[in-house]
Amino acid sequence: MDQSRYEYLLLLGDNSMILGHRLSELCGHGPSLETDIALTNISLDLFGQVRSYFQYAAELKGDAATEDSIAFTRFDRDYRNAILVEQPNEDFAHVIVRQFLFDSFHLPLLEQLVNSRDETIAAIAAKSIKESRYHLRFSSEWVKRLGDGTEESHQRTQAALDHLYPYLHEVYNESPIEKEMKKAGIGADLATVEAISRNTIEDVLTESTLMLPKIEPRMVRGKQGIHSEHMGFILSDLQYMQRAYPNMQW
Amino acid sequence: MDIKSLEDRFEAKIAAGESIEPKDWMPEKYRKTHIRQISQHAHSEIVGMLPEGNWITRAPSLRRKVALLAKVQDEAGHGLYLYSAAETLGITRDEMTEQLLSGKAKYSSIFNYPTLTWADIGAIGWLVDGAAIINQVMLTRTSFGPYARAMVRICKEESFHQRQGYEIMLTLCNGTPEQKAMAQDALNRWWWPSLMMFGPRDAESPHTEQSMKWKIKRKTNDDLRQQFVDITKPQADILGISIPDENLKWNEASGHYDFGAIDWDEFWQVVNGNGQCNKDRISAKQKAWDEGAWVRAAAVAHAEKKANKKQKLSA
Repeated sequence: MDQSRYEYLLLLGDNSMILGHRLSELCGHGPSLETDIALTNISLDLFGQVRSYFQYAAELKGDAATEDSIAFTRFDRDYRNAILVEQPNEDFAHVIVRQFLFDSFHLPLLEQLVNSRDETIAAIAAKSIKESRYHLRFSSEWVKRLGDGTEESHQRTQAALDHLYPYLHEVYNESPIEKEMKKAGIGADLATVEAISRNTIEDVLTESTLMLPKIEPRMVRGKQGIHSEHMGFILSDLQYMQRAYPNMQW
Repeated sequence: MDIKSLEDRFEAKIAAGESIEPKDWMPEKYRKTHIRQISQHAHSEIVGMLPEGNWITRAPSLRRKVALLAKVQDEAGHGLYLYSAAETLGITRDEMTEQLLSGKAKYSSIFNYPTLTWADIGAIGWLVDGAAIINQVMLTRTSFGPYARAMVRICKEESFHQRQGYEIMLTLCNGTPEQKAMAQDALNRWWWPSLMMFGPRDAESPHTEQSMKWKIKRKTNDDLRQQFVDITKPQADILGISIPDENLKWNEASGHYDFGAIDWDEFWQVVNGNGQCNKDRISAKQKAWDEGAWVRAAAVAHAEKKANKKQKLSA
């Protein structure tokens, strides 16, 4: 099987899945019905992408793999998502800032993957790009509202930014698999993605009256499978049924 | 026009089967009844998101997870739609939310039962949505226009949810013995509360007579309940699981199923706040409301700032 391509799909799919999971925890608990619906919608989009990535990954893996065996039966070290998306829903400011930082990266990433030499990846990206554009618009608008809203909302959003921004760096850092995929014309060029992402962040923060934190990037290696302490708890929810009742149809 | 002739005209409209619209004159009691009923219905959609939301993060497959997320999101949409219908009668969504949180407004008691296994998600779709549809199909012909129209749209989605729930049950019942036992256990716990969803017996239903007269309701609680039992029993037979009622038997003479006595004590206990999850449900909504306060305030403040800037620019 094409191991590198498979690993690359995990990288793409796991980010969407773990962020989608965090958003799904909020369903029914949002600050208003409208935001509740919007966040659930984003979660739904992300899980839709996950299914496409993992169906393809299962095809590459063979060996009776399915989208569900890939989603639910790996051990924590085998998940390839960045630590940013694992961060918990501390408050609405954290939810929005986490989303915004991810979207600022995700949209230019997809814009590159549309031209991937791998036709399946290109097709998934083409479908996801419209969704991601909407996500970025939603999260940017909310960063502006919260940043330039009340004193409390400004402080909370700045605090969320101070906490989350140092995790962003990891998504730009090219892992060996990403380097290989870029060379093969399958994956994205992360340097370009980073430049666009940083521009977006700067523009939105300026309009939001928020400060880009002057904090060193955190030393994290989620993409290599070294996750935060949150990850085990995420997986115990996510995998509960598949682990408690293995090999059944649902 | 004096009150008497307004009333006569209103009654004549109802008698002729015409719909009443928000701008039409209506008796104060008709208005109040609708605010009560529509807001109660909206609250049921919103509170109903919680027991089902409880299984989103633990859904057993990606396909089921996506379907459940979409379903719970539909319920939020129904809530939104119903709150808007109630707002046409002169009450705000915030006021209705406060009534829910203070306990002044009720919601369907079924959501005060816990969802303990994945099969509960199937059972809720099959039984709870099934019972809701029977009630809502009737309401598509209710006399108040915005409510009737909301019901037409909601019914379509509800019947999709119901089929989805039944399909979860069918998958479990065709699965391993453990899965089938899970389905049976869910049926055991959800059957009686589902029958209670239709409300008290006709003789003890305080609102039925007036509601029938005004064509708000077109069938009584007991009639709707019977309809539900008649539809559901054959569905349980297909699943191969048994309804927990030894008195449930086909009655050739009446052409309906007879069924055992409902524990009305339990019904009133739960209605009056003593069900297992009453407090949890309201606490969860209260928490979301309180924690959302600064967000709602920020949205208002930002909108004002934006409007001021625009004004300055155009000045």
